[in-house]
Amino acid sequence: MLLKLVPDTTNIGFVRLRFIAFGATLLLTLASIGLLATRGLNLGVDFVGGLTMQVEFTAPPPLDTLRERVDRIGVGQSALQEFGSPSSILIRLPLPEGDQGAVQRVVAKVQTALKKDYPGVSFARVESVSGKVSDELIRDGAWAVGLSMLFVALFTWFRFEWYFGISTVVALVHDVVVTLGFFALTQLEFDLNIVAAVLTIIGYSLNDKVVIDDRVRENLRKYRQMDIKQIIDLSVNETLPRTVMTSVTLLSALLALLFLGPEVIFGFTAAMVLGIVVGTYSSIFVSSSLLISLGVKSRAEGGLRDDRMAGAERVTRKG
Amino acid sequence: MLDFPKWKVWSVVVAIALSLVYALPNFVSPGTLPSFMPQNQLPLGLDLRGGSHLMLEAGTDDVARARLESLEDTVRSELRSAEGGAIAFTDLSLAGGRLRFTVSDPARLDTAVQLLNKATAPIGVGTGRDVDVARGDLPGQIVLTPTASGIANAVDNAMAQAVEVIRKRIDELGTREPTIVRQGKNRIVVQVPGLQDPAALKALLGKTAKLEFKLVNTNADPAEVAQGRAPPGSQILPAQEGGTMVVRRRAIITGDQLIDAQVSTDDNGRPAVSFRFDSTGGRRFAQATTENVGKPFAIILDGTVISAPTIISPILGGNGIIQGNYTVQTATDLAILLRSGKLPVELKVVEERTVGPDLGADSIRAGVIASIVSVLAVSILMIITYGRFGVYSVLALVINVVMILAIMSAASFTLTLPGIAGMVLTIGAAVDANVLINERIREEQRKGRGVVSSVETGFKEATRTIWDANSLNIIVAIIMFLFGSGPIKGFAVVLSIGIATSVFTAVTVVRLMVARWLAAARPAALQI
Repeated sequence: MLLKLVPDTTNIGFVRLRFIAFGATLLLTLASIGLLATRGLNLGVDFVGGLTMQVEFTAPPPLDTLRERVDRIGVGQSALQEFGSPSSILIRLPLPEGDQGAVQRVVAKVQTALKKDYPGVSFARVESVSGKVSDELIRDGAWAVGLSMLFVALFTWFRFEWYFGISTVVALVHDVVVTLGFFALTQLEFDLNIVAAVLTIIGYSLNDKVVIDDRVRENLRKYRQMDIKQIIDLSVNETLPRTVMTSVTLLSALLALLFLGPEVIFGFTAAMVLGIVVGTYSSIFVSSSLLISLGVKSRAEGGLRDDRMAGAERVTRKG
Repeated sequence: MLDFPKWKVWSVVVAIALSLVYALPNFVSPGTLPSFMPQNQLPLGLDLRGGSHLMLEAGTDDVARARLESLEDTVRSELRSAEGGAIAFTDLSLAGGRLRFTVSDPARLDTAVQLLNKATAPIGVGTGRDVDVARGDLPGQIVLTPTASGIANAVDNAMAQAVEVIRKRIDELGTREPTIVRQGKNRIVVQVPGLQDPAALKALLGKTAKLEFKLVNTNADPAEVAQGRAPPGSQILPAQEGGTMVVRRRAIITGDQLIDAQVSTDDNGRPAVSFRFDSTGGRRFAQATTENVGKPFAIILDGTVISAPTIISPILGGNGIIQGNYTVQTATDLAILLRSGKLPVELKVVEERTVGPDLGADSIRAGVIASIVSVLAVSILMIITYGRFGVYSVLALVINVVMILAIMSAASFTLTLPGIAGMVLTIGAAVDANVLINERIREEQRKGRGVVSSVETGFKEATRTIWDANSLNIIVAIIMFLFGSGPIKGFAVVLSIGIATSVFTAVTVVRLMVARWLAAARPAALQI
């Protein structure tokens, strides 16, 4: 007998739950925005400039002594963090005042000082980014996320209808905001890799939504007697086995990456895991139910049609 | 839907076979494959193999200033050699990004403007002027303003030259396969794989290595100099062993005429750098030293006086030696710098990412283990959920990974850590496609359709959704590639390739396998 994660036929009234879901969604979104406003993101050197050094010591160094020693070099307040193992320490230093070459001089100073204090120390990773470059990286990252959303909206509008575009983008914005909120809450470092993760979350969440939207469109044509609520419930239920199966499969792959993968991509994978969970939730509860609030009507209610452009016009006129 | 014409079957088979051939070099040690087969291994990014990534930036202001200084030379030489005798001028200044001076004899103002207009005329056809020559507000004043396009050209030339100089310097270090590319208007990205400590590299790239020989002005009033005021035509420069020195502004000769520089030892056996000029430089050096026997001249590197020996006798052979408290290492570095020529503009490191080789190896190991576990987890889930159809999906998954490796190896795309993550995500997308198809087949079966009809409808309906979803993902990947930087780009490349191959393997290849099985076994019922 083959495994079935979800029974063959489910009949869950997702639409009936939508007000609870909207409430929960609103709460999550507001909480995330609140966290972003109060705690803020722990931006990595990619975005604020400065430098990070991953230093491998021969034995776990007492952090207090190390902090004192680094601070004595006179390059600003340091932040230390264990990275993977107790003898691997991440040292963060602020962006020094001065010209573009200032960061480099700090790197050299710290390396010389540490080599003297801890013989046998090695620098597994050094990343330094000047203020100007980090500003550009922020700008590029914001453009990449913003444009992706815009094109997704346009494509969904073009391929489906305008209201699918709106419901999809609203759900995507929710996914992105909650992911950012998660980073504000955990204070995991937010760097360029995480921007890639956010973009991927957009991609995956999109997959989910397109699959359901596709089914809604198909059922709108097929079942002319149903009202829109029934059609959406039917579509979400019909696609539920696929939604759950894909999410579970992806999660199992990502969890392997999270616990066994290299430390460097921990934040990336954590973001992805959260993104899959949040994206699946918003696909089931938010984007499809939002269609009702946007005033979509089935044929039985005097709404849709076979030709989608004509149908869109009629809906627009009604609205 | 399930009919496959012969040519289609063969194209699929050929595509898979080609992928295997191109992916193969990654699984055997180099040189073991016969020469007619592809040899390209997948290039690994610096984060995986270790190495240094440096982004250097040139100050465009520096280039503009250098441009203005060379303009000063032009003005001086043009006016000096004007027809009908030299045109005298006063009050030359380089303030505010413009060159201003006042011609002493108002009658010759027009001639001067004409001369300079001609001297700064654009060389190419259809290019705009690099410099605007105009009269100033004061009587007799001429103002030369480099135009925006003129400065852009200067920056462009300086950067092209800088790339060459950097290449020479890194080659001298003996590092293999450095990547040196220009980025944007005034940046150069240098990537040197396998370099553990980039300090030496940064030291080499951070120096302009502008070598000048200037006469020392021994007549300067020490009191004036102490206040920072140099006599006209002279300048005050810091000296390496401390203090300052007054030298003539005009260089007798510069490092541009050097053709060789080597480490040697001076009379006391200490490390020094000896150099040789080309024939023109040698002649000029001979002439200058002949004229100035008994006087000291300063050897200046990047604006610091290194030594100021007195010319004992004319130096005729075009050879010379630089002494200054060098160690063998610093002398070697200086020789490299002098051999590779001076940078036309000062470069500063604005971004550095260095990964030690151990960390890189750890990342690969962890990445590979995680990927294997991911694939296993996905495979087990798929097979226990969909049975035979799950096995087909897993086969398609393996082919998918092989195809990604093959395309990336053949096209020499670099695999980075985010790239590995992209690969894992592609696996997810491929799985999703098969889940969609299989769930749809299940659904159609429940509706009472026959075996063939269920499979056909399942593929047909699911394929439409798969196309919609993947077109959207391709859009996102392209935007990531265009706007993202560094790690995002590496991720986007793998994602784009992966989306394309996953649609092919998850839809076409699986359909082919299913069609063959249906035709051969003719099952009465589907176990799915």
